Amino acid sequence: MHEMSVTESMIEVVLRHAEKNHATKVTRINIVLGELSTVVPESVQFYFDIIGKDTIAEGAELNFRRTKLIAKCNGCGDEFEVVEYDFTCPACSGTKTEIISGREFQVESIEIA
Amino acid sequence: MDIEVLEGVFDANEIIAKENRALLDERNAFMMNLMASPGAGKTSFIMKTLEGIASFSSPLRGEDQGGGDTSAKGIKAAVIEGDIAGKVDSERIAAMGIQAIQINTGGSCHLEAKQVNTALKHMDLEGIELIIVENVGNLVCPAEFKLGEDLKVMILSVAEGDDKPLKYPLMFSESHVLIVNKVDLIPHTDFNMERLEETVRKMNPSVELFKVSCRTGEGLDGWTTWLEGRVRNGRQS
Repeated sequence: MHEMSVTESMIEVVLRHAEKNHATKVTRINIVLGELSTVVPESVQFYFDIIGKDTIAEGAELNFRRTKLIAKCNGCGDEFEVVEYDFTCPACSGTKTEIISGREFQVESIEIA
Repeated sequence: MDIEVLEGVFDANEIIAKENRALLDERNAFMMNLMASPGAGKTSFIMKTLEGIASFSSPLRGEDQGGGDTSAKGIKAAVIEGDIAGKVDSERIAAMGIQAIQINTGGSCHLEAKQVNTALKHMDLEGIELIIVENVGNLVCPAEFKLGEDLKVMILSVAEGDDKPLKYPLMFSESHVLIVNKVDLIPHTDFNMERLEETVRKMNPSVELFKVSCRTGEGLDGWTTWLEGRVRNGRQS
């Protein structure tokens, strides 16, 4: 639902890095999206087509890579994939865990001309 | 040419959230971000929380507005109200004798750190110990945006159903506190509290859970006593 403002922020990140590298055109944007992220790729694409118009990123291909939800147990140190949002440690049944990946919405890299 | 970027889209928001945090630390003020669906009872819950915890500046506040004088806990509180439009909520809070500031997001579905930053700069923070931020009614987007808060509190009302955690996993796993509101309705619904608790504890093992009814007052004492402890004795990072 908030994809318009996050797409604006994403384009700002892309253009800043493109300009820093003296790009004349951005051809591809590689995005990492965690499993727990609420961002919807189709909506980002929709707003990108509108907001990205008349910038050097217009027409760039958006490539989304999903990352799995990985947590680390603070008890035994085990890192595990969280399935169906069950954060209980499969190794020691510990419940004090922290998220290692799966929350991100990151511009990983861009391809420029 | 391939350029490595590795920059989070929410990074810009998080920088401002940290500024808010620093501003609050300077004042020794505690900030709570309250999130829920529309109609879950956010504003009623804030009013009941204030009645149980706050000191009131207005001598006009009478029994017709909920009754009572300054609560025994006497915490100096203020409220930031986030809504898409209107100022109904901030007027309700201000009528209680509590400083309230309204943010209208103009269509946006969540509050961002920058809006809270502007609100904080417009408020009289002198002596304020607790700031309650009422986020826009929505279980999706507010969970993504840090505001610089000490505590994320969410409300699930009984009428919404016990199946919500798995539908809104980020909100339920991010919140430090889950308030189940309108528990007086349980006898009239198929709401299964055991099932809810079991699901939520797996998703968020350290969550604090309070079962309340703003209509009957059930469970509110336990909540305000716990919150007082958090406001007076320490912070969650």
